[in-house]
Amino acid sequence: MTFSPELEARFAKLLESYPPGRTRSAVVPMLLYAQDEVGHISNELIEEVARLCKVTPLQVDEVVGYYSMLHRKPLGKYHVQVCTNISCLLRGGEELYEHASKQLGIANKQVTADGQFSLEEVECIGACSWAPAVQINYDFHHLVTPEKLDALVAELRKAQ
Amino acid sequence: MADLINLTIDGKPVQAAPGTLVINAAKQVGIEIPSFCYYDGLTLQAACRMCLVEVEKTPKLQVGCTLPVAEGMVVHTDSPLVHQSRKGMVEFLLTNHPLDCPVCDKGGECELQDMTFRYGMGESRFLEQKMHVDEQQWSPVVFYDKPRCILCYRCVRICDEGMGVNALGVVNRGAVSEIAPNHFDHLECDECGMCIDICPVGALTSGAYRYKTRPWEMKHVGTICTHCADGCKTTLGVRNNEIIRGNNRDRSGINGEFLCVKGRYAFDFVHSAERLQAPLLRKNGKLEPVSWAEALATVAKKFQQAQASGGKFAVIGSNHTSNEENYYLQSFAREVLGTNNIDHHRTGDVPALLDALSGKTDALATSADLYERKAILVIASDLAQQHPFLSFQIRANYRHHGAHIYTVTPGPVREQKYAVRSIMTIPGRELADVELLREQLKAEPELVIVFGDAIKGDAVHKLVAFGASLGIPVRYVCLVDYSNSRGASDMGLAPNHGPGYQAVAEPGLAYDEILAATDLDVLWVVGANPLKHLDLASSRAFVVVNDMFLTETAQRADVVFPAASAYEKSGTVTNVCGEVQRLKAGLQVMGAKPDLEIIGLIAKEMGQDIGIWSPDKVLEEIRTNVRGYNIPLPVIATGGAAQTTPVNGHVPLSARPELIQSARDSLFTSGSLGRYSKMLNSVLEGPGGLYSEERP
Repeated sequence: MTFSPELEARFAKLLESYPPGRTRSAVVPMLLYAQDEVGHISNELIEEVARLCKVTPLQVDEVVGYYSMLHRKPLGKYHVQVCTNISCLLRGGEELYEHASKQLGIANKQVTADGQFSLEEVECIGACSWAPAVQINYDFHHLVTPEKLDALVAELRKAQ
Repeated sequence: MADLINLTIDGKPVQAAPGTLVINAAKQVGIEIPSFCYYDGLTLQAACRMCLVEVEKTPKLQVGCTLPVAEGMVVHTDSPLVHQSRKGMVEFLLTNHPLDCPVCDKGGECELQDMTFRYGMGESRFLEQKMHVDEQQWSPVVFYDKPRCILCYRCVRICDEGMGVNALGVVNRGAVSEIAPNHFDHLECDECGMCIDICPVGALTSGAYRYKTRPWEMKHVGTICTHCADGCKTTLGVRNNEIIRGNNRDRSGINGEFLCVKGRYAFDFVHSAERLQAPLLRKNGKLEPVSWAEALATVAKKFQQAQASGGKFAVIGSNHTSNEENYYLQSFAREVLGTNNIDHHRTGDVPALLDALSGKTDALATSADLYERKAILVIASDLAQQHPFLSFQIRANYRHHGAHIYTVTPGPVREQKYAVRSIMTIPGRELADVELLREQLKAEPELVIVFGDAIKGDAVHKLVAFGASLGIPVRYVCLVDYSNSRGASDMGLAPNHGPGYQAVAEPGLAYDEILAATDLDVLWVVGANPLKHLDLASSRAFVVVNDMFLTETAQRADVVFPAASAYEKSGTVTNVCGEVQRLKAGLQVMGAKPDLEIIGLIAKEMGQDIGIWSPDKVLEEIRTNVRGYNIPLPVIATGGAAQTTPVNGHVPLSARPELIQSARDSLFTSGSLGRYSKMLNSVLEGPGGLYSEERP
């Protein structure tokens, strides 16, 4: 498979930023950028990254399986990640997650029928000071209440 | 040598070399530290935590398989703390492991079962539901059952380090970690089955063997694989005269535990429905089953008639039959039939090498040399395809000793991955390209040169002269194709030399000349299939064939004798390095007889005496009469390998060296024999190609 010219250029530059023979180091950033563009990590994507980084597809697959932010299945357009680690838990993170699940009608790591939303219960996202926190794609939302979450979701629905 | 280190293990004083791991130091004094992930010859993993030991003055338990010995160290492997830890480890390993040992394929030879029995709790405290994942099939021979896997990484390491294939990995993490194949849902690899063999539990199981029997129901017969020339010992698991599996877990033989796809799975030709079970005689143009008596009488009569009328005889021998059979066959040809028209499909120029090495001692490499010597030069052969065991040895040498590997090959080969220098050559230019390595090779302390069929005739002499000019000790391996190719040459299945390379007064016809002779009266083909590629020119020839199958050659025969396979007979074979090893009959098959017996019966029927057809008796004759074969019997008898000695001089040059040609078998083909192995033909990679681009 091929990526957009911009991403291909970015990868070419990335590969040059490691010492010779260490192209394997580029696997993680490459997977992240590629996931952003493609939406998920497909077999073809793995094979392409393996080819670029001069490793076997299995070695790339091992990395994908290890990191929870790399997804083998397509996510929704908006990936709602609710933290339920200790700080958020104490401030209502779990209730928030259950509320989101009910509102969106999907369980952990599932996608809504229209493909717009997916939900994931995540570990600490480093926003404990503003718990409970929610991350939608790369945007952080602080001190989230069920009402605030509903508003956020409604806004995103409208923005489609 | 550096001073030994003194330590104490369980109160016993131990002396060990610096760098020795505690697990191995304990072994020296007979103390077993249990482990799953530690494996001799592979990198350290420290994953299973089964080998935890108590070391005084260290606050926590230590990992015995990665901890090097230190002066004054006091280790306890038998303390209450260690016992408790082992119990805990086993309990954790069994968290998701199904406790269905009675129906598990590994039952009875499972390391987890044994460890639980010896070190486990005796009761299970987990009440939680076990995680279940369905079993996966990765190839016709490899099945993976995730819940049984204890993540010791042995399979991952043997595939990467041992085989150089790197087809297995570990995906996901934590409790859901699992072994994964290289192509998402299936494997594309050597299909050697080393991963299955090395698996301590029933996670990886063999498609050829699983659920057919229990290990204790089989008798285990250590014999020599009948495919390529490397001479690996394969231990056949036989139940009710049926071979159910091949492996070599006891690490006996030159190959240790190594086996390739052929040694491990390609024994199934033995039970092929196409095996001949009765002699066939051509009646009214059709081959029909007859009694042994009738077939033998017909052949004896025909041989005698042809002899009486001064007819022209020729014999083509086999690359798979035992030394005894080959010796006996050439005796028959030369003494009874009075002909030197005898040859076999020659696949390497052994006579030229032996001649070139006249006067040199220690110049023939053993298979162990490939693992021990400091430098190896591979010329014109894709070892991973054609000589998987030699390839394995060289890889292990590189890994363990940092050996310098050089390759000069006409295509990409696996050895290039760890070669100091690789030269891509074109056929015919091999020697000139080897010359480019001169300065580098001169700097090596010693060298083993492994060469394929591209180097033959005069080129062999030039190569040996090149080796001599380097000024370092050089040993050689002349590659040949099949399980007893070397023995066929040594035993004199050649038109111009008898056993032990004694020149004959009047050389007979060579392989292609035999087939091209229009005036041939009798052709006897023992275990070969020359008509697969060539035509028999003489239409009047009476053709006798000994074979397991109705091959192209057998179809042209007037009489076909059903022959026993190598797994059904006793005798000796000589591998590519000249190492003689014993075949041990594992089973009996209806109707077939060993070629030795068939030859003997024909001689008897003709009223001729060429000695008793007992393998031991003929071996005795070989040891007395054949140059280089005065090998120690106890070594052979106990299942060891004894290398033949150089013959030193008077070796006639190969008749028609241009005939010398490897059959170019790959890892998944084995001449005419390979066709009858269903397992070999079922793997995705078969038949495979030489010098093919390495699979990613």
